[in-house]
Amino acid sequence: MAKVFEAADASNLMTELRQSFDAGVTRGYEWRVSQLKKLLIICDNHEPEIVSALHDDLGKPELESSVYEVALLRNSIKLALKQLKNWMAPDKAKTSLTTFPASAQIVSEPLGVVLVISAWNYPFLLSIDPVIGAISAGNAVVLKPSELAPASSSLLSKLLEQYLDPSAVRVVEGAVTETTLLLEQKWDKIFYTGSSRIGRIIMTAAAKHLTPVVLELGGKSPVVIDSDTNLKITVKRIIAGKWGCNNGQACISPDYILTAKEYAPKVINAMKQELEAFYGKNPMESKDMSRIVNSNHFDRLSKILEEKEVSDKIVYGGQKDRDNLKIAPTILLDVPLDSLIMSEEIFGPLLPILTLNNLEECFDVIRSRPKPLAAYLFTQNQKLKERFAMTVSAGGIVVNDIAVHLSLPTLPFGGVGESGMGSYHGKFSFDAFSHKKAVLYKSFIGDAAIRYPPYSRGKLRLLKALVNNNLVEVFKVLLGLS
Amino acid sequence: MEAMKETVDQSLREMRETFASGRTRSVKWRKTQLEAIIEMVKDNEDKMCEVLFQDLGKHSTEAFRDELGFVMRSATTALSSLDKWVVPRKSNLPLLFYPATGKVISEPYGTVLVLSSWNFPISLSLDPMIGAISAGNTVLLKASELSPNASAFLAKTIPSYLDTKAIKVIEGGPDVATILLQHQWDKIFFTGSPRIGKIIMAAAAEHLTPVTLELGGKCPTIIDHHSVSKDMKSIVKRISGGKWGSCSGQACISVDYVLVEQSFASSLIEMLKPVIKSFFGENPKESGCLARIVTKKHFQRLSRLLNDPRVQASIVYGGSMDEEKLYVEPTILLNPPLDSEIMNEEIFGPILPIITLRDIQESIGFIKSKPKPLAIYAFTKDDKLKTRILSETSSGSVTFNDVMIQYMCDALPFGGVGESGTGRYHGKYSFECFSHEKAIMEGSLAMDLEARYPPWNTFKLTFIRLAFREAYFKLVLLMLGLKK
Repeated sequence: MAKVFEAADASNLMTELRQSFDAGVTRGYEWRVSQLKKLLIICDNHEPEIVSALHDDLGKPELESSVYEVALLRNSIKLALKQLKNWMAPDKAKTSLTTFPASAQIVSEPLGVVLVISAWNYPFLLSIDPVIGAISAGNAVVLKPSELAPASSSLLSKLLEQYLDPSAVRVVEGAVTETTLLLEQKWDKIFYTGSSRIGRIIMTAAAKHLTPVVLELGGKSPVVIDSDTNLKITVKRIIAGKWGCNNGQACISPDYILTAKEYAPKVINAMKQELEAFYGKNPMESKDMSRIVNSNHFDRLSKILEEKEVSDKIVYGGQKDRDNLKIAPTILLDVPLDSLIMSEEIFGPLLPILTLNNLEECFDVIRSRPKPLAAYLFTQNQKLKERFAMTVSAGGIVVNDIAVHLSLPTLPFGGVGESGMGSYHGKFSFDAFSHKKAVLYKSFIGDAAIRYPPYSRGKLRLLKALVNNNLVEVFKVLLGLS
Repeated sequence: MEAMKETVDQSLREMRETFASGRTRSVKWRKTQLEAIIEMVKDNEDKMCEVLFQDLGKHSTEAFRDELGFVMRSATTALSSLDKWVVPRKSNLPLLFYPATGKVISEPYGTVLVLSSWNFPISLSLDPMIGAISAGNTVLLKASELSPNASAFLAKTIPSYLDTKAIKVIEGGPDVATILLQHQWDKIFFTGSPRIGKIIMAAAAEHLTPVTLELGGKCPTIIDHHSVSKDMKSIVKRISGGKWGSCSGQACISVDYVLVEQSFASSLIEMLKPVIKSFFGENPKESGCLARIVTKKHFQRLSRLLNDPRVQASIVYGGSMDEEKLYVEPTILLNPPLDSEIMNEEIFGPILPIITLRDIQESIGFIKSKPKPLAIYAFTKDDKLKTRILSETSSGSVTFNDVMIQYMCDALPFGGVGESGTGRYHGKYSFECFSHEKAIMEGSLAMDLEARYPPWNTFKLTFIRLAFREAYFKLVLLMLGLKK
């Protein structure tokens, strides 16, 4: 039976890891590389177990597990291995006349002992990807996987314990109690993926110790469909990005669609057609979609589907099977704006379509809601693309595709407002777990008397000239000519 | 308070409307505001020096050097660099995604709150505002009530120069701050103590508001006298300037205490004394070049630190105080007890403890035993020691062979770590501090890969695996049916 995790355990864990960090265990390039290589071995040698755990927890199809969890992780590790020397190297900074003569640089240093709390929907990706960042940056790290994906949590604990350096990398399994105990400790950074509600709790706990945080939260990611788009491709991408990514249970899932009134029927027909092509006439039997994670979430989704004035707006799907935790891909048309389904992040296989008299109205609709993690637009209209990119505030904007930006290490992935703060992926992960320390090397030449009291008018004039980078004036004052 | 609540509500409403209108996003608007700030400082130089003298007893040269000149330089830099800063940054995408493009644009957070501190009330108010404005935000400033003349000056003068629908100033103390913090802001920028920093962050957490906290700590100064004996005169001047020459030690990056080998301590003290005299004369109280302690409360705090009998016993120079004039003499201590209050809180005053060590290498362990400071200063030419300091200690910044000057280098990020703060600014970092870095990716509707879509099969899985590994040749083989 697993030992109960208590307050003393949390504090001992912190003490141990801090000792390791202070002893310099995690700071060397070789250590970081060795840990990253071990993570790669985990991906290479244990994919079938990972796929199996994900299937147990989420009914995730093999392809999704292999691609969206393992393959993405593998790439992330390989990039870190390739770039680490580069990332660790100091950056030169320019100095100016006021600090002359001096040289300056910015040195990346690890923050220390960090905490990664991950989510249940992509339990491997969202656990290990931040850990990759923490390790690359030279930190000691504790991972707390989500208890709502227990097989994955257990496998993560087993694998990390088996392969990684236990003096600096640890996994704590558990739920609210364990998380609360962990949050009482003084971490040097906390990285959290999950809901906005818990994000607030995490940040409040972090505030007690002035611990900086990255919060990868969520929101209602809108999809705007312009009538000049290639509808077939648009719809296929939306379907793959919604039901093809953990059955809508993803932070950047297309949450709802905005399109012109006249165009909506075309959109609905196209979606019906492609949904059938993807999942057959009986989507409840398709093996290519994850199930709903648990009965709590099933009941939540049932409730928002059954709400009065919502249930009669279903134009496709709507079937439910509580025993198997399945809900069919469901499309709704013009649900009320104040309905439950339009008030919270859906995080499931329901897709409301809201029609507008004029596509221009999409800006107001989106702006009237909390800032989402992603906002999508399908159009060929260059002006609309530009206006959308510039004026819609979201973590990230994707035009003419869905979700793919997640896999791009050269783009920062993170939210704004309710959808979060901070970002990661690629070098942004390394930076997220680093302190960028400013270093100034000054020499002893040129000690200007103007720096010191007693203060005089002449000194003031010289100072002003220096501040204005006015070399001529500087010389004039020095030569007594001003 | 009801009236204040109403004022805050109204201000926020107006700022949000202004932001939503898009006015603050235009580069032209931002530049106009920055130019107005420069004009405001130029027009009001004398007035600004006057309020700084009233609030803190600052000499006009000090006021110009640390505040006015600094603000003008900051605004000028922002003006000349803004066009560059607002340009989106292109990102390279892997070949697989061709012809998709990616870029990152900096977008303003929206409506931001700047809470400044009393010790540099002009620059710590205007400098973050410069960042907020450059980034295209609307901004509300609450300056510290402990520098009431500066606060009043800003409240009265800013509206005459800047866009009042977008940039607002509110005066007041903790009760006003509390009202402000109940609201949702898109970013909060705070300069002050760690204690208040925690309160700010907790309040921000309720709204998931990102924060930058510029806090403080005990900034140690290491003197490795072996390697820098030739330059000791200069060093002593720099340290003295860094302790007493800027707001009488009431600065977040002030030299807090000195670490030196036992053998050099008395020489150091004997070198400091004439330098202090050269700065402030025989009677520093009347020199006009030494800022005063900001309030009675802070005076009493310093008094308490100094009145500890064990600390009293360690005074080797100075020690006199005048509550009426809020004056504390430049004071040097030699080895006050390490468990005394003065060695466990940020001094923020003109008292300089010298702590002796057997070997200067011990300074590393000493510094590590305390919370991470905003700055570490080290006078040494020993490369090994420099490397040890850099790699074994953590601080907002490290400056070798000088003090305070890192503040002036706007190519360097200015901010803390751990207890000394989170986030950074100055130069381009100010612009970034108030911006959300938004990723934008554009795909193409022209090409499509069937392998992206269900129903899944082995072919698609193999395709995607190869695609992820960027094994393009094998991908081609697969598609040509030449690979299983």
